[in-house]
Amino acid sequence: MTNLPFIAGSYAVAIVAALALSVNAWLRHGQARRRLAALEAESPRRRGRQS
Amino acid sequence: MEALNPALSTGRPKPSRSLHRFANPGQFLRLSGRILPWLVVSAGIVTVAGLVWGLFFSPADWQQGDAVRIMYVHVPAAWLASMGYAALAVCGLLSIVWRHPLADLAAMEIGPVGAVFTAVCLITGSLWGKPMWGAWWVWDARLTSVLVLFFLYLGQIALIRAFDNQERGFRAAAILALVGAVNLPIIKYSVDWWNTLHQPDTIHIFSQTTMPASMLDPLLVCALGFTLLFAAVVLARLRAAVMERRIRSLLMARVQRADGVNA
Repeated sequence: MTNLPFIAGSYAVAIVAALALSVNAWLRHGQARRRLAALEAESPRRRGRQS
Repeated sequence: MEALNPALSTGRPKPSRSLHRFANPGQFLRLSGRILPWLVVSAGIVTVAGLVWGLFFSPADWQQGDAVRIMYVHVPAAWLASMGYAALAVCGLLSIVWRHPLADLAAMEIGPVGAVFTAVCLITGSLWGKPMWGAWWVWDARLTSVLVLFFLYLGQIALIRAFDNQERGFRAAAILALVGAVNLPIIKYSVDWWNTLHQPDTIHIFSQTTMPASMLDPLLVCALGFTLLFAAVVLARLRAAVMERRIRSLLMARVQRADGVNA
């Protein structure tokens, strides 16, 4: 394969960028979901409904 | 009569029902929660399939040799960079004209993703330019207009976060997104309007595409994969932003209740 370093570099840049965006979004989404679930479980309205 | 209708009394166009149906955070989270897993799985499968097809199973170009394989990451990244900015401009319009509550949050989440795709386009373009043109960078109309697009993304990201009052930041960023949209036709037609080192477009919607199907097919699969990936990342970030906003309001309500008890 000719120009292999340039081709490998291009694919590496694209894959690293895609993975970084995906992992960041996944972690942020998971953290927000867990925090919101914990807060809603503690909220008085929810507790009022459960009792 | 006008006083009964806020849309008439403020002189603002009446928001369309279909658009504002998704403004309810609960409804948005329910609907997007159903779509997101499918989007993530399809984005992964289509992107990997397209990249493998382009890298190992598509033919080399008679003139460029194997370096043409860079096209399978460069061109979809370039399309997404422009489409992402077009989406920002639409969000700006929705925010300024209809005050759609999700438009500002969507713009805040599209900006960084679009900037990353633009950076990928510029870097892979540079990696393609070096073996083909003998230079990492030339101040050619296409390259320069895409660099301007990257700076517009950075400006939009910075503006949203530059004000203490977030609403003012959203408004300034929406105006920048709308004004900056003028750069999109310049990027598209730069290769026709000026003599550029960058090659002219080979894929046309309304006329004959000058690319063999053996290269066009993997390119379209990669473009679809990148588009699904872009949508999945933006949707996940937007869901996180909506939930973070809800967390803030719950914490504020808790502080206010505690203040009320202490008073």
